[in-house]
Amino acid sequence: MSALIVSDLTVDHGAIRAVDGLSFTVQQGELAAVIGSNGAGKTTLLRALTGLKSTKAGSATWKGNSILGQKPENLVRQGILHVADGKSVIPELTVEENLNLGGIWRRDKKDVALAKSEVIDLFPRLGERLSQSADTLSGGERQMLAIGRALISRPELLLLDEPSLGLAPLVIEQIFHAINSMRQRLGLTVVLVEQNAMSALKIADAGIIINLGKLVAAGKSADLVNDPALRAAYLGY
Amino acid sequence: MLTILNTSLIGITAGSIYSLMALALVLVWRSTRVVNFAQAGQAILSTYIGYEVISRTNNYWLALPVALVAGAVIGALVDALLIRSLTKRSANGPLASIAPIIATLGLLGVIRSVVGMIWGGDLRQYKAPVSNIGFTFGHTTIPFSRYNLLIVITTIVVMIVFTVIFQKTSLGLALRAAAFQPETARLAGVKVDRIRTVGWAFAGATGAVAGVLITPQSGLSPNSLDSLLIYGFVAAVIGGLESLIGAAVGGLVLGVGLAFIREYVNSNLEFPSTFVVLLLVLLIKPGGIIAARRGRSA
Amino acid sequence: MRSRLRNLSFVAMGIAAFFIGDHVDELRVTQGMMVIYTVVAICSLVLLTGYSGQISMGHGALMAVGAYSAVLSRTYWHFPLAATFAIAVLGAAIFGALLGVAAGRLKGPYLAGTTLALAFGLPFITSQFSFLKGTQGLPYDLGNAPKSFRDNATEYKWYFWIAALAGLIIIWLLSNLLSSRYGRQWRALRSAPVSAELSGIHIGRSKVLAFTISSGIAGLAGAILAMSVKSAFPDAFPLVLSFTILTGVVLAGTTSLAGALIAGLLLVAIKEDLSGRVTDYFASGPHISDNLPVFITSFLLIVTVLFAPNGPKFRKK
Repeated sequence: MSALIVSDLTVDHGAIRAVDGLSFTVQQGELAAVIGSNGAGKTTLLRALTGLKSTKAGSATWKGNSILGQKPENLVRQGILHVADGKSVIPELTVEENLNLGGIWRRDKKDVALAKSEVIDLFPRLGERLSQSADTLSGGERQMLAIGRALISRPELLLLDEPSLGLAPLVIEQIFHAINSMRQRLGLTVVLVEQNAMSALKIADAGIIINLGKLVAAGKSADLVNDPALRAAYLGY
Repeated sequence: MLTILNTSLIGITAGSIYSLMALALVLVWRSTRVVNFAQAGQAILSTYIGYEVISRTNNYWLALPVALVAGAVIGALVDALLIRSLTKRSANGPLASIAPIIATLGLLGVIRSVVGMIWGGDLRQYKAPVSNIGFTFGHTTIPFSRYNLLIVITTIVVMIVFTVIFQKTSLGLALRAAAFQPETARLAGVKVDRIRTVGWAFAGATGAVAGVLITPQSGLSPNSLDSLLIYGFVAAVIGGLESLIGAAVGGLVLGVGLAFIREYVNSNLEFPSTFVVLLLVLLIKPGGIIAARRGRSA
Repeated sequence: MRSRLRNLSFVAMGIAAFFIGDHVDELRVTQGMMVIYTVVAICSLVLLTGYSGQISMGHGALMAVGAYSAVLSRTYWHFPLAATFAIAVLGAAIFGALLGVAAGRLKGPYLAGTTLALAFGLPFITSQFSFLKGTQGLPYDLGNAPKSFRDNATEYKWYFWIAALAGLIIIWLLSNLLSSRYGRQWRALRSAPVSAELSGIHIGRSKVLAFTISSGIAGLAGAILAMSVKSAFPDAFPLVLSFTILTGVVLAGTTSLAGALIAGLLLVAIKEDLSGRVTDYFASGPHISDNLPVFITSFLLIVTVLFAPNGPKFRKK
């Protein structure tokens, strides 16, 4: 069953059409990688899906409910969490405060505490640095913190924007490994937006390739990886 | 020696009230990136409401909380009815970046003229709840009175309450997150619009406390808090406009500094020196002399 | 072609001012002088805010500097009236240049607060110097109107004509400046600061220049104000004056001199005429009538920034 259905989505970014009639679906519990080069419209797509950017046309539903036009803070309450690229932690707060932020709206404080300890198990480095300012974290640790904060909200759909951005290859591998293991354990549906096609498709079930806001190809990630034309033109390896 | 002590105490009293006004401006600046010049208007309206309570019940201790609640409600209304819709309309053009400032100025005019319509322009007075006559030690009476002490203590209590709220509660965490990075806060589930309104309400309440505290010494008229707005702004700028502690320290520095200038240089130089201090801070240390982090560009 | 049209319209306005001044009673003539200094002051902000993108909440203070400069040069050095106007422009421009050097480095809210502090603090500063005569101020000796006018014209008609002429000249100069190279530079800086700087425009210098010229124009407005009350005193330049001018430039659509004329007329009409009619109609007391003009103008200001953040459009560009 398709859980996330995006159809004919069109988003303008100033005078530029950043997302142009884009349609794709993601199955429940699947990890879908959205691949495209810089400027392909990936970030705009996520921002439109989570209400940070207004859309021109099209629709998007999650488990049958329309999500377009809703505020991001309300989508969070429906289990849709967006981890924005790069600056998704608040450097002025401590690591623990950043984590607490993820549970701030939740009533079930017992489960928040449980989720917090699970996150610390998943990313032990965060546990060692709880009282430090988030400013002092490395790029990889910040990404762990941002994902960890989202997990404390007990998401069903996790939208990750370029978690590999600016990280060393070894750290990227760690992060992707963590993403893969947690989504299998928690049964999450994940949309992973990436420029780093190789690493992303390695862990993804499905791939969605976009260019200049338009869909180029979609399918099982194994099929995409084995298509020589796509490999040469879009996957870069 | 005694003069130095007396001057410091008077400076600390005045500085406490400047701190409160600075705090009100900082609370709004942090949450909305607007310097709220209407704060003087909101505070004066709240103080008049407090004045009505005092003239009916003769009870200062009832007037203070009533004015405080009124200030909070007025602050919340200003944000919800005016500022929210203003910041939502992102426009380009010569006025776009300064439109909120101009709107708060317009609001100051509206509130002040409404206050003038209701209560008129005459200077009104109410008595301090405790003695305004200085403490006496042996044969010396110092200018620092019980009421001055009350002002300082109230300010300290307000500061402690805010420190606890901001550092220890979820609401405080949400307020800080929304102030530092509103978008990230929203993506974490914080209802930033509502949190902002809470910030405005806190600011309004703080301004109201400042107004009720200063009035037994300054009298009450529709523009009797204008000077406090300026001093509060200067104190907030000294503190870097971002930081609550900065606002407190900025107010005290300004209050004590001006008290010494009044006592030892020339009493007429009070305002010119304030202006000079403002310009010097802005030109030499635009981030404020207290704030740890660099002030953000506006 | 366009500049000829502009010159013609200024001549037409001059002629209109002459005949209007000749036909209305003394009350209308004094109100006319209010319109003139309000419009000139709004025009100074058109340059500052509309063109160079800086805000001033304290232009009333610069008007005061102009007024005091004019009156002092008359009182102590017995300059001719026309020369006192030049002194007003010069005095305010020098003061404005100093302020502008600081202002160029301040961002919006800081500049707003600083200029507000200046407008608020000015009365305290005037009380510092004994030759400014404190709250009472200094009389502005305007001399006598020429003999040929004294028979059929009241004194004020003569002053009104002088004020209208001075105002028209400075606005004409300003409108030429705005359509010159400098005007284009300011526009470029406001809309695309980075590319303007890359193409060789010096941001800091250009902003200080705008602040200086704007201050000079405000200085003339101050001198006209002083002429209309025949003296310069601190209370003639209250905070409300600065706020009124700022309201005017917002209502004028920030970049239009024609808009400034309409806004100036509107603001004076609200203060002098409309408020009185409303209070008379509702038979309200002095509390209402004293505060109604500020209420209406402030309300207009809020409504304008809410619904037309850049002010109403008077001319399609």
